[in-house]
Amino acid sequence: MAIVTHAKKACTVNPLKMSQPIGGALAFMGLRGCMPLLHGSQGCTSFGLVLFVRHFKEAIPMQTTAMSEVATILGGYENVEQAVLNIHKRTRPEIIGICSTGVTETKGDDVEGYIRLIRARNPEVAQLPMVYVSTPDFKDAFQDGWEKTVARMVETLVDPVDAGAPIQRNARRINVLPGCHLTPGDLDEIRTIMEDFGLQPSFLPDLAGSLDGHIPDEFTPTTIGGIGVDEIATMGESAWTIAIGAQMRRAAEAMKTRTGVPFRLFERLSGLEANDEFIMFLSQISGRPVPRKYRRQRGQLVDAMLDAHFHIGGRRLAIGAEPDLLFDMSGLLHDMGAHVMAAVTTTHSPVLERVETEEVLIGDLEDLERLAQERGCDLLITHSHGRQAAERLNIPFYRAGIPTFDRIGAGHQLTVGYRGTRDTLFTIANLLIADHEANHDATPGTWRGDGAHGAHAPLGKGAHAPDTLAHVAAVH
Amino acid sequence: MTSLSATIQDVFNEPGCGKNATKSEAERKKGCTKQLQPGGAAGGCAFDGAKIALQPLTDVAHLVHGPIACEGNSWDNRGARSSGSSLWRTSFTTDINETDVVFGGEKRLYKAIRETIEKYDPPAVFVYQTCVPAMTGDDINAVCKAAKEKFGKPVIPINAPGFVGPKNLGNKLAGEALLEHVIGTQEPDYTTPYDLNIIGEYNLAGELWQVKPLLDELGIRIFASISGDGRYKEVAYSHRAKAAMMVCSKAMINVARKMEERYGIPYFEGSFYGIQDSSDSLREIARLLISRGAPEELMARTEAVIEREEAKAFAAIASYRPRFAGKKVLLITGGVKSWSVVAALQEAGLELVGTSVKKSTREDKERIKELMGQDAHMIEDMTPREMYKMLKDAKADIMLSGGRSQFVALKAAMPWLDINQERHHAYMGYVGMVTLVAQIDKALHNPMWQQVRKPAPWDRPGESWQARALAQMDAEAAALAADPVATEKARRAQKICHCKSVSLGAIEDAIATRHLDSVEGVRLATDATGGCGACAARVEDILKAPLPPKVAAPALKAAE
Ligand code: SF4
Repeated sequence: MAIVTHAKKACTVNPLKMSQPIGGALAFMGLRGCMPLLHGSQGCTSFGLVLFVRHFKEAIPMQTTAMSEVATILGGYENVEQAVLNIHKRTRPEIIGICSTGVTETKGDDVEGYIRLIRARNPEVAQLPMVYVSTPDFKDAFQDGWEKTVARMVETLVDPVDAGAPIQRNARRINVLPGCHLTPGDLDEIRTIMEDFGLQPSFLPDLAGSLDGHIPDEFTPTTIGGIGVDEIATMGESAWTIAIGAQMRRAAEAMKTRTGVPFRLFERLSGLEANDEFIMFLSQISGRPVPRKYRRQRGQLVDAMLDAHFHIGGRRLAIGAEPDLLFDMSGLLHDMGAHVMAAVTTTHSPVLERVETEEVLIGDLEDLERLAQERGCDLLITHSHGRQAAERLNIPFYRAGIPTFDRIGAGHQLTVGYRGTRDTLFTIANLLIADHEANHDATPGTWRGDGAHGAHAPLGKGAHAPDTLAHVAAVH
Repeated sequence: MTSLSATIQDVFNEPGCGKNATKSEAERKKGCTKQLQPGGAAGGCAFDGAKIALQPLTDVAHLVHGPIACEGNSWDNRGARSSGSSLWRTSFTTDINETDVVFGGEKRLYKAIRETIEKYDPPAVFVYQTCVPAMTGDDINAVCKAAKEKFGKPVIPINAPGFVGPKNLGNKLAGEALLEHVIGTQEPDYTTPYDLNIIGEYNLAGELWQVKPLLDELGIRIFASISGDGRYKEVAYSHRAKAAMMVCSKAMINVARKMEERYGIPYFEGSFYGIQDSSDSLREIARLLISRGAPEELMARTEAVIEREEAKAFAAIASYRPRFAGKKVLLITGGVKSWSVVAALQEAGLELVGTSVKKSTREDKERIKELMGQDAHMIEDMTPREMYKMLKDAKADIMLSGGRSQFVALKAAMPWLDINQERHHAYMGYVGMVTLVAQIDKALHNPMWQQVRKPAPWDRPGESWQARALAQMDAEAAALAADPVATEKARRAQKICHCKSVSLGAIEDAIATRHLDSVEGVRLATDATGGCGACAARVEDILKAPLPPKVAAPALKAAE
């Protein structure tokens, strides 16, 4: 059981958090033919765009209502209208997804009202699907933006199913609501697993269709794949909804309310037990035995755990991630015998209390670095912005989460399923082995007892932060 | 806010900017920036520009006052390098919440400054204003002033909230802040006749270090770098330099010009991109320093270094000639940087296509620059399909560009190299050009291309998605050609001025009805060329052509 605390400081140093609207925009990128639009000033969109380009190494469709200083004061109706008409004319999207920003929320633009008026005044977009989500930058975090946006998609795009009327459900069809901690590669893996059980998954949103780095089969300025509006509309015909990550409870509940489709929430999909549960659930709802392939993969994972525990067991983990990713990764490593010594996250979530550590701090990477230093951590997991801290701490660094901009293949980093878990354990164990060879191999002086050795608490190189790095705990 | 708008007006009036000199009073007030259309692709905001310009100052704590969007989504995303402190890469932001929006964020900002100073003890804190606190009325000038008095350290307000304009405006506002609060506030320990300021160079990928050894060899001291690998105190005493070089872009021209005005420091606009440019710049530096009292012999030493470096670089580049025989480069990017690599590429035996770059004599330089600038703008307005067609039609073997055409090129299995922004390689100075040529060689001759271009074995040849897209475009073009009315309409609809969104038809009509005979006349009548000015060459062509002139569409022009 962990206590959730807040960092008490006025200045965030080295943010872990990113803003809500771009979390929302990313969710929209999992829809086919979509153009995500941020209602705000141009810089907000530009920063988000650059961030995703650097992470996915793909062209990113994302546009702005280009609010000027004057427009922010007068209100943004005209900007939203012009943006919608321009996008419609130039890129012929199947859907436009709109997220607000801090700039337009400060004034309090009534974008739902705007959209109604735009439809009434411009017949050419009267039928064009548009989804609006309120996502002020000065509240919540990236994961919340994703959560709210997917819930809004369900509320506005899924055809409601009348509770009284009889409905023909398709027993094979399954809705999957994935959290933003899953990569396109993860979604592909989940799809394969489900298909192997004869099930037909509909992913909402489906980043594997759009941001998996495939070569598109046509040129389009909007998203190059993802789930279509038509498919979303009929999600009420599915037999089950599978939600992955606690952040997706909201969307799953919305689906249930709207269509009566029952849901099952999987808070984790990496680790042996989590996958046993998942596989057995699929077996149960499909009425099929577990295919040989997964029996073998399970065996391989068990063997990988046996091999990896020598290296991961006893490690002192410092992890910074959004709640669901934090819960998933820290859980996986805890299950392998690592100690979660420092855990920092961005926003509230019911899973935080169940992270296997004493305290989860809602804070930044400065906090994580300090805690890692104080508590003698020897493995760091966070997104690419942790690279400076890792260098100062001189401990092995496993990159997880968005943004991962200084390595390639982030979209295909696989952690789900038996196979994904197996490979993740190998990667992390190898990282630790390489670190041992490079930094901690025995020398004639290793056991002389001057305290200068050891796997924990190397002195950081961060000479510019004497105060924060002063308390080096000599933990051994 | 009033003082901010005054500063913005002042920046727009910049007389050092060549384009401004030809503009009317009213136009100058509007500024030299492209009016951004809602529903278009976004460029960076003024805050982004201010940070780009100042963040390379390595020992300063850069504190962003705003919601998490402005800093959290973007920090540590530039490729500048530091030879000293890494504080500039530490991100500081107030990450304001709803309460701060409702009740004001000044208190939080003040506390944030205190925490920053207590924990990191920087020589100065730069506080960046952003949109939300600007809207709610947080007075960062007052907070900075109070903090400065209380903590006894320079706390500098950088007033460039994103919504006042685009990136280049932010560059200039950043410069204004330095002029107002930093430059001239400290004195150097000593000066020499060889003290040079370098303004507007950010040391991306460590490129400044490709040139510095030459300056060191000549005994020329980089007195203050604004801002690549710069230090706060250098900027503070930079008013004691003997001369200044303003590097390439117009980003910080206000700083160079006002320092000349206030402190008598002569400057020139130069570049270290390209061999010729590097040599010119070295000569100009020597000339200016000598004019300010450095010994005459500096010039002879400079010439000797130039001769040696040119010979070395050209020899290295020439060795690629056999490998580049018959290879074509499509170069698409705006600005001076792309111009300056032209000569090196030609020296290496590469043929340039796409832009109307033929043989680049010095006289052609301006025109080539304009054409390439225009192409860069054109790209921004193109759909991926059109972009692909242009690449195909250009029959290029490799494309060099910055920004968004990257993925179109790569997905179409076209070798591509980034020569603008977030590069992994530095291309400055003599060695930089050799690096660039080596990179092109590596990209061109990679055997990977042959494999990725092969269709999947189960696809029939000619049925690739690229081929389909081209066929579709050809069909559309043919349908258009068969319909004279539509053809004329399409011809007239071609955009000539991308900044002000002026079509060929509008310009032709204006010329015909008002009997215009100059670019200036067209500008007054239609606003065309009133933005970045790069389309002036096209307007000239239209003026020269008989009415209605047969001007090829920009995309077709590339195809010729
Ligand atoms: S436009 Fe304004 S709110 Fe958006 S990133 Fe720039 S400064 Fe921040």
